[in-house]
Amino acid sequence: MTRVEMTVNGKPVSGEVEGRTLLVEFLRDRLRLTGTHVGCDTSQCGACVVHLDGAPVKACAALALDLQGADVVTIEGVAAPDGTLSPVQQAFNEHHGLQCGFCTPGMIMSATALLRDNPRPTEAEIRDYLEGNICRCTGYHNIVKAIMAASGQDVSAVAAE
Amino acid sequence: MYDFEFAKPGTIAEAAAALKGEGAQALGGGQTLLPTMKQRLAAPELLVSLSGIAEMQGVCVSDAGEVCIGGATTHATVAREAAAHYPALADLAGRIGDPAVRNRGTIGGSLANNDPSACYPAAALGSGARILTNTREIAADAFFEGMFATALEEGEIITEVRFPVPQVAAWAKFAQPASRFALVGVFVARFADGVRVAVTGASSDGVFRWTEAEAALGASFEAEALAPLSPPGGDMISDIHGSGDYRAHLVKVMAGRAVAAAG
Repeated sequence: MTRVEMTVNGKPVSGEVEGRTLLVEFLRDRLRLTGTHVGCDTSQCGACVVHLDGAPVKACAALALDLQGADVVTIEGVAAPDGTLSPVQQAFNEHHGLQCGFCTPGMIMSATALLRDNPRPTEAEIRDYLEGNICRCTGYHNIVKAIMAASGQDVSAVAAE
Repeated sequence: MYDFEFAKPGTIAEAAAALKGEGAQALGGGQTLLPTMKQRLAAPELLVSLSGIAEMQGVCVSDAGEVCIGGATTHATVAREAAAHYPALADLAGRIGDPAVRNRGTIGGSLANNDPSACYPAAALGSGARILTNTREIAADAFFEGMFATALEEGEIITEVRFPVPQVAAWAKFAQPASRFALVGVFVARFADGVRVAVTGASSDGVFRWTEAEAALGASFEAEALAPLSPPGGDMISDIHGSGDYRAHLVKVMAGRAVAAAG
């Protein structure tokens, strides 16, 4: 076991981990931050997406020990400290961008990263960016709509097809 | 996955020393190796991460005009930083996998693994790139030795890849819709002294140069120049996603699209 130290959601954290301990295991099992989900565990589905030094990565495909000193933000770190939802979270709520909710943490993290790089993405750009985030309930329409709304674009004409 | 010792050296020399150990394996971004280890298809005793080596990071342009990419540079960084210097290469890097994978996966890891459907081998072979390691330089033409096989020795590290910049080039990828690997991908590059056409995803031997197309395009750099050619022969991959004949047909289609896109 080796000690790993990193910053998670703005707070310094540390713990003893094995070589094989994945970032997502460190987050969920040690830090009890269970908002980050494990869907497929084969880096396909994107339910485990977190931000690593500002960029979205799949937490099931990164080793905790490889991230010594890293700055990680999970879904628990997205809302304001007083619980006010972020614009993306608020838009998912308002536009029903989820059904079962399992993929939602990863969707929110990816969407947040997209809007940071591209503040007014087109529908096609949103769908392309969500390539690695799989949702088996919604058919994606309301997810795309929510992200467009979070970017301040008018979605009144965007109907679920 | 089975447990292992973990090392994260800060220099190429330290990494090379660590990789001399019994059962040691280099770790790039881990986007292929970690899933492989989870399936217990690989079980290294020591994993040596290359992501902490500053001298293996980043994109620059050499005095000779080559685009030089550190072996531990992520696909996302190449997509961003090579765009002004070699747009076709940046386009290829920016369409590997998905955004989260591109933030971890590295060029050195992709080339060293030489997956027969990976994107980067097509760019390296199609550009006539030079692959620099901790001990030597290997021409792309001598680097790829068949499915998951390369000229790399045990413990040898890809420290940098140098791409000559062609006059025009383009990458045409027919993505396998689930994996985002290339069902067939063709990289076409026209240099002053000839055209190179590299194909990934199609052959059981991995990336290859389609020399008949290179000759035809060398005479006339138009998609129509490919029309008289038969699809490439050889042992094509055949699976539930496409037969060998289908892949061979796609090679010709995607090569034509790449030429049209290169203009």
